[in-house]
Amino acid sequence: MAKIEMTVNGKKVSHEVEDRTLLANFLRDQLGLTGTHIGCDTSQCGCCTVHVDGLAVKSCSMVVGQANGAEVLTIEGLANGETLHPVQQAFSECHALQCGFCTPGMIMAVSGLLKDNPAPNDEEIIQGLEGNLCRCTGYINIIKAVKHAAVAMK
Amino acid sequence: MNKFGIGQPVRRVEDQGFITGRGRFIDDINLPHQCHGALLLSPHAHALIKSVDAARARAAPGVVCVLTGAQVLAEKLGGLTAAMMPENLGAPPGHRTFMPPLATDKARFAGDRIAFVVAQTEAQARDAAELIDVEYQVLPAVSYIEDAVAAGAPLVWDDCPGGNVAYGLMFGNKEVADAAFAKAAHVVSLHLTNNRVTANPIEPRGCLGEFNPANGKYTLYACTQNPHGVRQELSQVLHIAETKLRVIAEDVGGGFGMKADAYPEDALVLWASRLCGRPVKWRASRAESLLTDSHARDQVVHCEMALDANGKITGLRARALQALGAFFIPAGIVPSIFSMRFIPGPYDVQAVHVMMQAIFTHTAPLGPYRGAGRPEAVYVTERLLDRAARELGIDPAEIRRRNLIRADQMPYTTPTFYEYDSGEFHQVLEKGLLAADWDGFEARRAQSEKSGKRRGRAVTYYVEQGGIMNDRMELRCDPGGTVAIVAGTFSHGQGHATTYAQMVSDWLGVPFESIRFVQGDTDQVPFGRGTYAARSSMIGGNALKKAAEAMIAKAKPMAAALMEAAAADIEFVEGEFRVAGTDRKMTFTQVAQAFYYPMGITDQFGVGLEASGTFATNPPNHPNGCHICELEVDVETGVTSIERYTVVDDVGIVINPLICEGQVHGGLAQGIGQAFMEHAAYDRKTGQLLTGSFLDYSMPRADYMPQVSSAFVEIPAKTNPLGIKGIGEAGTIGSPPTVINALLDALHPLGVEHIDMPATPARVWSALQAAGKA
Repeated sequence: MAKIEMTVNGKKVSHEVEDRTLLANFLRDQLGLTGTHIGCDTSQCGCCTVHVDGLAVKSCSMVVGQANGAEVLTIEGLANGETLHPVQQAFSECHALQCGFCTPGMIMAVSGLLKDNPAPNDEEIIQGLEGNLCRCTGYINIIKAVKHAAVAMK
Repeated sequence: MNKFGIGQPVRRVEDQGFITGRGRFIDDINLPHQCHGALLLSPHAHALIKSVDAARARAAPGVVCVLTGAQVLAEKLGGLTAAMMPENLGAPPGHRTFMPPLATDKARFAGDRIAFVVAQTEAQARDAAELIDVEYQVLPAVSYIEDAVAAGAPLVWDDCPGGNVAYGLMFGNKEVADAAFAKAAHVVSLHLTNNRVTANPIEPRGCLGEFNPANGKYTLYACTQNPHGVRQELSQVLHIAETKLRVIAEDVGGGFGMKADAYPEDALVLWASRLCGRPVKWRASRAESLLTDSHARDQVVHCEMALDANGKITGLRARALQALGAFFIPAGIVPSIFSMRFIPGPYDVQAVHVMMQAIFTHTAPLGPYRGAGRPEAVYVTERLLDRAARELGIDPAEIRRRNLIRADQMPYTTPTFYEYDSGEFHQVLEKGLLAADWDGFEARRAQSEKSGKRRGRAVTYYVEQGGIMNDRMELRCDPGGTVAIVAGTFSHGQGHATTYAQMVSDWLGVPFESIRFVQGDTDQVPFGRGTYAARSSMIGGNALKKAAEAMIAKAKPMAAALMEAAAADIEFVEGEFRVAGTDRKMTFTQVAQAFYYPMGITDQFGVGLEASGTFATNPPNHPNGCHICELEVDVETGVTSIERYTVVDDVGIVINPLICEGQVHGGLAQGIGQAFMEHAAYDRKTGQLLTGSFLDYSMPRADYMPQVSSAFVEIPAKTNPLGIKGIGEAGTIGSPPTVINALLDALHPLGVEHIDMPATPARVWSALQAAGKA
């Protein structure tokens, strides 16, 4: 067992957890932040993408201890109160989601991408989405939403 | 005009929860004191289970109970079985199987359920499952269809009279078809493989079961497309009345048909909860999903097309083997039917004879997946037609023009007994060709060749069927006069909370935002059949229309009484009850509120305003459309890239163009995935699944999808009052033959005449090497 402390969505949290706990499971099971989803066992789907110290990472690929002391941002903390983040807004406006399961991970990946590269071209957008699987949308409207958000964030 | 009404690109009301992380998917639901289940799956494709010793597992930390096949026998639990048998269609009887919650005698595929461990935590349950000692006697297994029908093949079911043949179906007329072939000017024949794929919704399956000993009732939180269907199937497995089981499905992260039936785990969590007195939760890992979800397609077919000298199709024949897997599951027969009956497709041909056999193999069971048989049918016809066009030297668009059923032939009855009520196939084809700049292809081909690539193109036409069975929708007013839609269908990504509300706000004139949506709870929804088979827009929509009409009819006398007029003088216009010829009027909401007065007028009209409507698929509707693809092949590497993709669909009246287009995109991605990369592959000898993770099972990512030009031609269906045709499956049905035909068009000059799906770079490269002209 290990004692873990970190800041999640601006709040300090502290928990005793089994050493083998993954960050994704910690967020979901200990903190009840179920917006971070788990869709595969092999870091292929990207549903669990969160920001750790400002970087978009797949939280299933980190043991929680690796995030000890870190600043973690999940989908629940992305909006500014009632005001949606431009990426969240763009996903809804462009119909970039259907079942909604991959959506939080997609949005966290895209908001990470736009932070690093505020005006990505098509190729860069596609590369930025490489780590995330969606089975419903065929990505077409997701790519549209990324462009939409990039313009909105200018 | 109502900007939230029918036909408007209304943004989805569902989105807010999903984009903020407040969805409620199965793994997000927890109950107090719950424990967790883990499966032990068979590592062998075929083995006798000699003994299962769970002593070490039972003693492991945190373990609450361990269930095995012996307990299934002791409790006399039932199994999941076919909802429709061939004999229900008038065919010779098929072989029924039962899939129990846990295997009792034999493991019949790698991934068959052997034991279920319940512990305080999921990790403890998984750890303990590894401590179960199972003695297997490994038997020879058969995982390929052709091997399963060979003489002396290992049998999946010893008592199946047909060996590994579960049943056969036949449609059309042999004599008529044979006569057409005998006098044909030209015959083409192909041997095609339709690869085994799996749906892979990004949300893995899961379930949470709770038994309440106080009243003997079970509650299942399910990850399903069909809550009432799951209730019915599980009531048979557990031998309980349906009233003793409540099934609740909240947000479901995609299903594509795969989540339309109950699974053994749904029974296991309920059963385990009764035994251990606590709620029991199970969630599939992705590896478990790939092993145990029902798979789809997996067909080999020998098919032939007869033509006259002008390229007019005069006959079609097909003999197919379609895999059923180790069990004949509830909806297992569906792909068999559609894969045969839709072979004539959009073409005017009456001499047809098609037959199939369903084959048991030591693999995961197969069931419906987006399109369910229609992708197989369209693949047969369109591959044949392109081969014929090439051999006869006719342009692929022209040969389709010569054969498509004309608008003046509608209604048209196919030799497999579908009646197409409406459709303007030629108009849709021409629109597609224009949008795709079909005639400008040669210039683009020259450009590709300049950069060292080969370019190919294809055009295809599909006919789909929207709707299956009947369903029921209900409208209920709340005391404040707002309206709730209570749906028998089950949205799991399709946006029903939006599209149904668009309809109701049009019909009742109530504000779109005020409409509440209820689905997915067998205690709240009196009855329903869920969402699959592109059924909800037509059946749900028309049932909802009937409910709305019934509600207005019920409210009119109340409105008359409130306005002191005669009921016959009341009109309902734009959301208002008006007394004809006067300026007296009341809104729908005001009249609905009156149904909740605590005394007075409710003595006369009763308390509460609600109405239901039903609609049946009799007949179904027939969406149809044209797909056009241009792609490039790098002959050095075998890598293909889709350069242009054009779709024109006739889906009847479009309720929400945004959602319809989204359905087209998603369908295309799955069809293109099947054509180029997806393959649920088993080792031929051992029956081990070779694609057991997302590292091995390849699916389209953002880089593989082309920009798509999608348009709708709205030819209203004549068989339902709203003129609706389905949209959910169209993209998946039309795309595989389109991209493969385009690939063959590109490779033909290099001597490649045939390729099977998935046309991976390795396969394309190998085909080029074999042809020797690359």
